Amino acid sequence: MASSSDSSTPRGEAWVWFSGLGLIIGLGMVIGLLSLVVLNGVTVFWAPQVPVATVDDGRTIIGQLAQRRVRAGSLASEPRYELQYQVGLRELNGNSYVWVDEAKIKSESFPADILGLERVENGPAFVRPQSLRKSDGKLIPVTDLAFEDAFQVEVAAATNIREKLVEITRHRIGDVNSEMDKARVALRRAEDLKLAAEVAALRRQIAGLEERFASLQAEAKAVVDRGAVASLVSRDASGREVVVPLTQVIRAWFPNRLDTWGRIKLFISRLGEFVFDEPREANTEGGLMPAIFGTLVMTVFMSLMVTPFGVITAIYLREYAQQGSVLRIVRISVNNLAGVPSIVFGVFGLGFFVYVLGGSIDRFFFADQLKYNNNTPVFGTGGLLWCSLTLALMTLPVVIVATEEALAAVPRGMREASLATGASKWQTIRDILLPASAPGILTGVILAMARGAGEVAPLMLVGVVKLAPTLPLDGAAPFLHMDRKFMHLGFHVYDLGFQSPDSDAARPMVFATTLLLICLVVCLNIGAIWIRNRLRARFKGASF
Amino acid sequence: MPQLMNPPSSSRIKVRPATEREGRKDYISIRDYGFWYGQKKALDAISLDIPERQVVAFIGPSGCGKSTLLRNLNRMNDLVDGVRHEGEITINGRSIYDPGLEVISLRRRVGMVFQKSNPFPKSIFENVVYALRVVGVRDRAVLEEACETSLRKAALWDEVKDRLNDSALGLSGGQMQRLCIARAIANRPEILLMDEPCSALDPIATGKIEELIHELKDQFTIVIVTHSMQQAARVSDRTAFFYLGKQIEYDTTEKIFMNPSQAQTEAYISGRFG
Repeated sequence: MASSSDSSTPRGEAWVWFSGLGLIIGLGMVIGLLSLVVLNGVTVFWAPQVPVATVDDGRTIIGQLAQRRVRAGSLASEPRYELQYQVGLRELNGNSYVWVDEAKIKSESFPADILGLERVENGPAFVRPQSLRKSDGKLIPVTDLAFEDAFQVEVAAATNIREKLVEITRHRIGDVNSEMDKARVALRRAEDLKLAAEVAALRRQIAGLEERFASLQAEAKAVVDRGAVASLVSRDASGREVVVPLTQVIRAWFPNRLDTWGRIKLFISRLGEFVFDEPREANTEGGLMPAIFGTLVMTVFMSLMVTPFGVITAIYLREYAQQGSVLRIVRISVNNLAGVPSIVFGVFGLGFFVYVLGGSIDRFFFADQLKYNNNTPVFGTGGLLWCSLTLALMTLPVVIVATEEALAAVPRGMREASLATGASKWQTIRDILLPASAPGILTGVILAMARGAGEVAPLMLVGVVKLAPTLPLDGAAPFLHMDRKFMHLGFHVYDLGFQSPDSDAARPMVFATTLLLICLVVCLNIGAIWIRNRLRARFKGASF
Repeated sequence: MPQLMNPPSSSRIKVRPATEREGRKDYISIRDYGFWYGQKKALDAISLDIPERQVVAFIGPSGCGKSTLLRNLNRMNDLVDGVRHEGEITINGRSIYDPGLEVISLRRRVGMVFQKSNPFPKSIFENVVYALRVVGVRDRAVLEEACETSLRKAALWDEVKDRLNDSALGLSGGQMQRLCIARAIANRPEILLMDEPCSALDPIATGKIEELIHELKDQFTIVIVTHSMQQAARVSDRTAFFYLGKQIEYDTTEKIFMNPSQAQTEAYISGRFG
């Protein structure tokens, strides 16, 4: 003992190393997680060169390399690999992806004429184009110098037609349909109540809507017919002829001809589609705009609901309530609420918010709707409002605890100074304590937002869906539809990863979506932190 | 460190002669006052009268109850859990514990300056007019006038008049304390309580605040708690000496410092204990 106390080596050394090791492991996991997500998420949009590979068994493959892995059963000392190519053309091959033993690939070349296509249906395609049948019927062979320009022009024209068609079928016909639904409900009610005049009026309205519907359909058909569709004739790897109408083409590129700048442009264009467009093909392609928007709106509403509730509760607990054993029990309960599994909140949200609250709202305010629309609930089913409320309830303890601590941290002198000038308790809270503790309260809100934005389990019970036809915010009165179901990035990840029919195609999207979710949460937090720092700067003097 | 505020050359304490002015002799009247923090008795049988528009200093060693007594004059100690009192305190003849008297209106009449300057994290302007804001004054002109008057009285106007909208937390320690004084007098209270207002300030800032006390005496009755004998002697007309919650002696400052009747008082003043 004597010698160790005399030793110059600090005795805490081992613990320093030990705790340092803990930090390294923690940091390593965070960095590993982020880099995995970023690498896998970002490469989804990058267009690499596409090889033509000939295999021992006589097959030829044109496809983009998707992954390389050690073959099952191969020895660790001399691993054998197998490659997965995305060959596309699901309608011909049955599956977009093929696995090939790396050792069996005889040759690999990168011919310049390979064309990559992203299509509206059946996923991507990698083909060797032969000729372009223009909309006027003229055939331009790929060897013709005019081929590429003509191709670009025809793709642009076809895209235009497709967008017009979407505008008509999705939006205008959609509007007519929703009006029609409303009118039919009103008609049923009028018939039931025997309001002869109204029945007649509604019948006329419905007839008018039906007419509009028919004319829109005719318009859509006219658009399709008028722009007689150009198509691309090409051959796949095994020489089968593939004819792709250009209205099907979303994006076309020559993967082996692109320079770096071209690849970057393609990358940006795909990323833009991912962030700003709507999903296609069972969510495995296209964009995530509805999910991003849904997550954002839900998180904002959750924050708007949880902040006032949490702050008011904390003010009562800290400033007004008699400090004692009852209060201690309340505090312990609030803290324990933070540890309740989130799915429990989901069940509560479904049982109370959706069925009890929503059901009552429907009975009192939407009774006609229920009665004449086959008992279709309005608020008595999952929706944005109930999701926000459920998550607000879940994150309430975070805000309460943060606010209580922020209030307690306000210097006693400030409180006394306010009271000594003759301010009432409420004036002191409103004018002095709340502004001074605002940064601390915002910290709580940031934590609540971070937790709420990433939460999936309870939302699955109270209103998140795989595919929502409409956004919760749109141009139809009352503009903000709190009763609508919505899409959510977190649920989207789950849906892509585990519910998708084509798991190979969904895999890269899982990472891209995860990356987007992380970015969204980071952005929300940066926003809140920016506000907090501005508040802090306001309360901090130049010097002390 | 009261010694720091005393110039080393003068070892003798100079006493200002008490100013006699008209006004109630028992403007604040404390009768048989006792006070408990829970089971602990902090004040015992205090009885003293504070005349109108004079400066009264409470002196005594730490823990003697002088701050407690001061903080009871505007019932600031009500904020502490488990306190109770006996006896009576009246201001201008009316009990401060009168159930018909709201504690808020009492505090509006009795301003307070604390040991540690405690400006709000707001602008200088908003700090000064806070007391007017809480009574609902909205008129900008009234607020601005009150702000200027108070800052002038607190001898701070010339230093801050060009940056009234800057944060009050950017002021120096002495300026902050004068700002707190300006804030305390903005709604024209009748009484100003000062709880060791200079204990965290340097001698120059202390001098400024003491001058200020002299000037404010014309309009306010001032009760000041101080650890500095010199300061008590310099600023006050009457001095009360407390020890262990008891009032040992209360008389004119001249009498207390020149010819105290109690041996304990003399011992404390001459620095032999405390």
